[in-house]
Amino acid sequence: MLIKGKVWKYGNDVNTDVIFPGKYTYTITETAEMAKVALEDLDPEFAKNVHKGDVIVGGTNFGCGSSREQAASCLVYSGVGAVIAKTFARLYFRNCINFGLPALTSPKAVDALKHGESIEIDTDKGEIRCKAGVFKFPPLPKEVVGIFDAGGLIPYTKKQLGL
Amino acid sequence: MGKTFSEKILGQKVGKDVVPGEIIEVEPDVAMSHDNTAAISKTFYKIGVDQVYKPGMHVVILDHCTPAANEKFAENHKDIREFVRKQGIRNFYDIHVGICHQVMHEKGHVWPGALIVGSDSHSTSYGAFGAFSAGIGRSEMAAIMARGKIWLRVPETIKIVVDGEFPEAVSAKDLMLKIAREIGADGALYKAIEFCGPTIDRMSVASRFVFTNMAVEIGAKAGYMIPNQATLGYLKDRVSQPFEVIESDPNAEYEAEYHFDVSTLEPMIAKPHTVDNVVPVSEVKGTRIDQIFFGSCTNARVEDFEIVAEILRGKRVHPDVRMLVFPASQEVYLEVLKKGWIQELVEAGCVIMNPGCGPCMGNHEGVPANGEVVLATSNRNFKGRLGNKESFVYLVSPRTAAMSALTGKIEDCWY
Ligand code: SF4
Repeated sequence: MLIKGKVWKYGNDVNTDVIFPGKYTYTITETAEMAKVALEDLDPEFAKNVHKGDVIVGGTNFGCGSSREQAASCLVYSGVGAVIAKTFARLYFRNCINFGLPALTSPKAVDALKHGESIEIDTDKGEIRCKAGVFKFPPLPKEVVGIFDAGGLIPYTKKQLGL
Repeated sequence: MGKTFSEKILGQKVGKDVVPGEIIEVEPDVAMSHDNTAAISKTFYKIGVDQVYKPGMHVVILDHCTPAANEKFAENHKDIREFVRKQGIRNFYDIHVGICHQVMHEKGHVWPGALIVGSDSHSTSYGAFGAFSAGIGRSEMAAIMARGKIWLRVPETIKIVVDGEFPEAVSAKDLMLKIAREIGADGALYKAIEFCGPTIDRMSVASRFVFTNMAVEIGAKAGYMIPNQATLGYLKDRVSQPFEVIESDPNAEYEAEYHFDVSTLEPMIAKPHTVDNVVPVSEVKGTRIDQIFFGSCTNARVEDFEIVAEILRGKRVHPDVRMLVFPASQEVYLEVLKKGWIQELVEAGCVIMNPGCGPCMGNHEGVPANGEVVLATSNRNFKGRLGNKESFVYLVSPRTAAMSALTGKIEDCWY
């Protein structure tokens, strides 16, 4: 898969409450509405200006906090193609896999990438290409590749059950 | 080489030796979900299955926005009641029972050696009772309802050893905040944490819970303690099935080991907006406050009420402060009522609320206004957590909260 877009860069410890505020977790359920509040408490400009294929770049512990998967899915609905971070919080990483959103770990790429620059990600080759060069990222563990390839956990579960 | 508790419990589940880093597929013993069961049930039906696999595995507890704050929440609750009825999920607790993580052990759904998952990040809590427990997402819970299985990565383990006697007025929460400061909000990412040492062994059930509850705040997948006598006594009349206490082998391999001595510990406070932005309370002493949130799954149990009632007895909450009180559960509520503490808190000017999460995740019941400062006995102070990103949340122990209630300023209870 090839992902192409612009970089939205943020710092360390971007938490689930600023990605998808807790007060919306039971009240906003439509995908278009979810996209509109993505990153609301971190960057009010994001939801208005994000384009399909854009990439979010964060530092360490990206997605810490709640188990709420809307913090991953709202980015999918807003068109985000991938998230790159130095490290991911555990639940966030799981939720990304479950929604088929590439969550890529590459500390070097994070340091090199600048807000607003163009980026290209080749998930098959495991490469991030940007102005500063090409960065490799490790592949997903083989046990969970199936979930990702099926398009997420729900389609995967269907497949497992033969539905 | 020896095995850690998580390698043992997860290994037992798959019937073979497992090592850290390995990914396994397991069937949990217990699966907990709360108000998010409405969304989970919709995802479950989308999979195309009609009947929940092993309804007895599931526990559903309404707590996050109870009673319903508006029609959206009301519809959610209604959907959940219909879902559990239709699916035969008998372990259902409606809005009067309490916060999920408290109700789980009060009602006997937690036991040593169990593998428990919950669609809530603080599901790490049950490790205080010797279970392996971890948070999962909503879709994952729906998939468990359909297939009974989930993948888990066997975690590496960090050991936290605690020694020394707490000085008077310093408690579990102060230590947990200190641990967060030392280890950092991502210090235990993906890891299991084993809390041990003489201080942990001596602690009450309620105090021990604070650590495994907040283990996720420093990134952990699971927190764990070997159940002490107090814990086994507590579980005795609650758990109906046989269980075996699992201990890490003495020669188990830990990824890191941290030591804390509490004998010189001061009261600690987490400043806005991260849990590891921790300083001694003395550093922010005198900061004006607007509201106190005494509640949550971290600190709203009987022993917390005892401390707060002692401080507020016969006194008045400062007129500029609103003090909101949420017992962790119906059981806690009844007990503190009987002791007469609720009356004392009401006389002191507190607002007594219903057992449940209250404003903890910003849904209702005490959302702060712009610029307001809140002292909270809960576990998370992210920007916007209480429902307003223009407010400032500090995390404290119940004692610091109560002392500060009297003066309307952050007070240091260190003698
Ligand atoms: S009290 Fe707060 S932290 Fe605990 S379960 Fe409820 S919302 Fe979550």
